Amino acid sequence: MKQYEAPVLFNRQVSERYWHIAIDTSMMHEAVEPGQFFHVRCADVDSPFLRRPLSVYQIHENTIEFLYLVKGKGTTEMTRIREGETLDVLGPLGKGFELYKQSETVLLVARGVGIATLAAVAQAAFIQGSRCVAVLSARTNEDLLAAEYLEDFGAEVHKVTEEDGTSDVGNVRDIIETDIMARHTIDSIYTCGSRRLSKLSQSISSTFGIPGEIALEEHMGCAMGACFACVCDIREADTLKSVRVCIDGPVFPLNKVVIE
Amino acid sequence: MIQYKNTEVKIGGLTLKNPVMPASGAFGAEMEQAIDFNKLGAIVPKSITKHPQPGNAKPRVCETNAGMINSIGIQSKGLDYYLEHTIPQFETYDSPLIASISAESVEEFAEMASVLGNHKSVSALELNISCPNLKGNGQAFGMDPEDTFALISKARKVTDRPLIAKLTPNVTDIQEIAIAAEAGGADGLNVANTLLAMSIDVETRKPRIGNVMGGLSGPAVKPVIVRMIYQVSQVSSLPIIGCGGIMNGKDAIEMIIAGASAVQVGTASFIQPTALTDILSEMQEYMEKHGIDDIHDLIGSIEI
Repeated sequence: MKQYEAPVLFNRQVSERYWHIAIDTSMMHEAVEPGQFFHVRCADVDSPFLRRPLSVYQIHENTIEFLYLVKGKGTTEMTRIREGETLDVLGPLGKGFELYKQSETVLLVARGVGIATLAAVAQAAFIQGSRCVAVLSARTNEDLLAAEYLEDFGAEVHKVTEEDGTSDVGNVRDIIETDIMARHTIDSIYTCGSRRLSKLSQSISSTFGIPGEIALEEHMGCAMGACFACVCDIREADTLKSVRVCIDGPVFPLNKVVIE
Repeated sequence: MIQYKNTEVKIGGLTLKNPVMPASGAFGAEMEQAIDFNKLGAIVPKSITKHPQPGNAKPRVCETNAGMINSIGIQSKGLDYYLEHTIPQFETYDSPLIASISAESVEEFAEMASVLGNHKSVSALELNISCPNLKGNGQAFGMDPEDTFALISKARKVTDRPLIAKLTPNVTDIQEIAIAAEAGGADGLNVANTLLAMSIDVETRKPRIGNVMGGLSGPAVKPVIVRMIYQVSQVSSLPIIGCGGIMNGKDAIEMIIAGASAVQVGTASFIQPTALTDILSEMQEYMEKHGIDDIHDLIGSIEI
């Protein structure tokens, strides 16, 4: 973990609510894994002043890209950053995904900005020769930004949205169990971005004995393990253990996380 | 860094090589990746409770204008863990270790003060008297001068190490609490803990903190803390540790001028992991620029 003033290569709006930013990371000598995040200073002002955790969307040799949802003051400030300026980032932070090497087919279940987090997994799966099948959920079709990027990595993409009335959990379960699983043997499951879809992924994982991982999103303070703002419970044997999402995660074994 | 300026300050029998230390709750071993702990005036690990406790409901933090509200709930692994793991982790540094204690009763405070206040690696105790007295009426010890006196004087009897009372700002008259803490035998006063605060999401009408209320910190609180340092310094001769909203060296100097001998930095480290050592350098630059050779020439130097 280090702090960098990374040059911004571009920062552009890609849909009504989402922006896409790329930074030059050639000064960074640490490897960045899918599922890891950077703690980003949105603007050098007193309000908002806390950093925002952004998980990596695309990882290239000398650049990192983030997809971010413009939600409040911090992310609104971020949209004002211009190409050529710098972004104050702290990272890479946290534990990323561990792809099962023997996985031939990987199932990705993601919603909203969680799609960006799993896009990095699709990229890594492609590199190791695994096939990806993805169920992507969002409010609108316009919000399904990373779908094409996943398709570029050969992923079979299923889109569900509120707009089309297809995003309810029952329908997603049907898509996975009766369509996807009829045609593919799923070796591992990865999920991010929705409590309901995470519970569904846990259920599928335990019903069919498929291992998996989940990336959690949480309000963070320091992102260095000091403040205990971003905790969650992990079930180990019969006991619950409180862990910090920022340093013990944000990626955890799917079936150990207690989803509230 | 300018080395020859004297930044040494004393809290009771404890000498700090410089006045900058972390605020309890905003410091952890992982921060060593960003700063050299040996450069700190003192090390103050997160407050410890006698028994393990799980902490509060989420969300535990939310951001407000120039500040943040937190209600972590002193998630703690208990005193035994602290003795076996936390102290060994920090005792190897040159900087003295100040153990911050939270407890639910005067007796429990005294019990913990007796254990930690006689441990070879603990240089001083910070008593978090801002926590609720569960054997009393549930209000914080530090809201009542008699409770404050009872707590400090009981802890005083069981240890010779310097005792720092961490005052709560959520009081009508902080001067009477400061006087009670001094009378009880405190060696230093931390001014202050976070300000009780609340924020509501107007779309959902839900509180933005799981515990409904929490403590406000960050630049928004600094003027309140500067005022309290000034007020406390009018009635007490004890060294004051200023704490609340320091983001840079000038903020720290402001508290020193108001009457503080040392400062604690919390929220700033979340934004800038090197904040503690940056602030120290900036304080030294200020001293250089203003031709001040000894920090004691600045303490309480406000001109009215």
